[in-house]
Amino acid sequence: MSATLQRRPLVKQILAGADDNLLVIAGLGSPNWDITNAGDRPLNMPLWGAMGAPVGMGLGLAIAQPTKRVLVITGDGDMLMSLGSLATVAAQQPDNLAICVLDNEKFGETGNQATHTSPRNNGPTDSGAGADLAMIAKGCGIADSAMVRDQAAVASLVKDLRSKKGPVFRLVKVMVEKLEFVMPPQDGAHLKDRFRQALLGSA
Amino acid sequence: MSDWRDDIFAVFQDHDIRQVYHVPDAGHSRLIEACQTSNSIRTLALTTEEEGIAIAAGAWLGGQRSALLMQSSGVGNTINLMGLTKTLRFPFLTLITMRGEYGEFNSWQYPMGQGTPKVLEAMGVLLYPVDTASEVKATVDAAARAAFNGGQAVAVLLRQKLIGIKDFGKKKA
Repeated sequence: MSATLQRRPLVKQILAGADDNLLVIAGLGSPNWDITNAGDRPLNMPLWGAMGAPVGMGLGLAIAQPTKRVLVITGDGDMLMSLGSLATVAAQQPDNLAICVLDNEKFGETGNQATHTSPRNNGPTDSGAGADLAMIAKGCGIADSAMVRDQAAVASLVKDLRSKKGPVFRLVKVMVEKLEFVMPPQDGAHLKDRFRQALLGSA
Repeated sequence: MSDWRDDIFAVFQDHDIRQVYHVPDAGHSRLIEACQTSNSIRTLALTTEEEGIAIAAGAWLGGQRSALLMQSSGVGNTINLMGLTKTLRFPFLTLITMRGEYGEFNSWQYPMGQGTPKVLEAMGVLLYPVDTASEVKATVDAAARAAFNGGQAVAVLLRQKLIGIKDFGKKKA
């Protein structure tokens, strides 16, 4: 069953009307370009590296800022690199944290090689393990974990990510697409300082 | 004189450290328990040490100070993400119980224990070694100042001479 959802309009919808209560961390590669395409803002923390870090960063931020909504948007390759962090999240049960994994079953930045979320027996160069990240999240102890693949479910997906009691984990199957890079500032210290200035009033 | 592990807890409170990350560790166990029962500190158990760097970055984004407790054998797990302290330029404090050095009985601890100071230095982390109980408090305090006032990534190395060369009182199998 091939994916039909397109990541760019989807992320735009997820972030529509983002205000000062929404703190967003995006994993390196496509999720970074996706949130930036939706509109660069100081309370976005788009990563250009640090693969495997977004869920942990979201957790530390969610604990430090319990009255804000923290949304982590990342990809399947990034998520596969830090599966244990889902159990670390579950141990803390942050009620203000949502994790959205955009799963195109590929390592997009390096030439669309199959990740382990690709189906098995998909040919000699494109086979994965059929790993189900929503089931893994649930197995790690994030009870509210689900997979989304249809347009009809997008409205409730957006609502869950933005406001449902966390921790919330959503796996969204998205198409493999060739998309324009939409880049935020790259300097990490600048991204961190503007985030803290917007959130705390000091760098 | 108070126990050096209690001294570290006092320094954490002096510096308003609000999140503490750890994997289970015999050398740090008394400090971990003090953090777990504290009202002001949120204690997070990790699946691997590198999670601690990412969580510390998130805590700092949200305005909270943190500390990562680990053993030298866990340092290798953190090295790639340790670069995040430089890229984002955020204060970072870690306390490392050293194995594989002074009188270590377990040969498997030596490679990472001996490599720990070198790989941390290679990543630009400042080293604050301490091997005397009476100097622990001042050393951790200085390290916290370098981190949170000076904006540095700092590792306190709690040397094996300080912790003890025995196997932490565990019975042999």
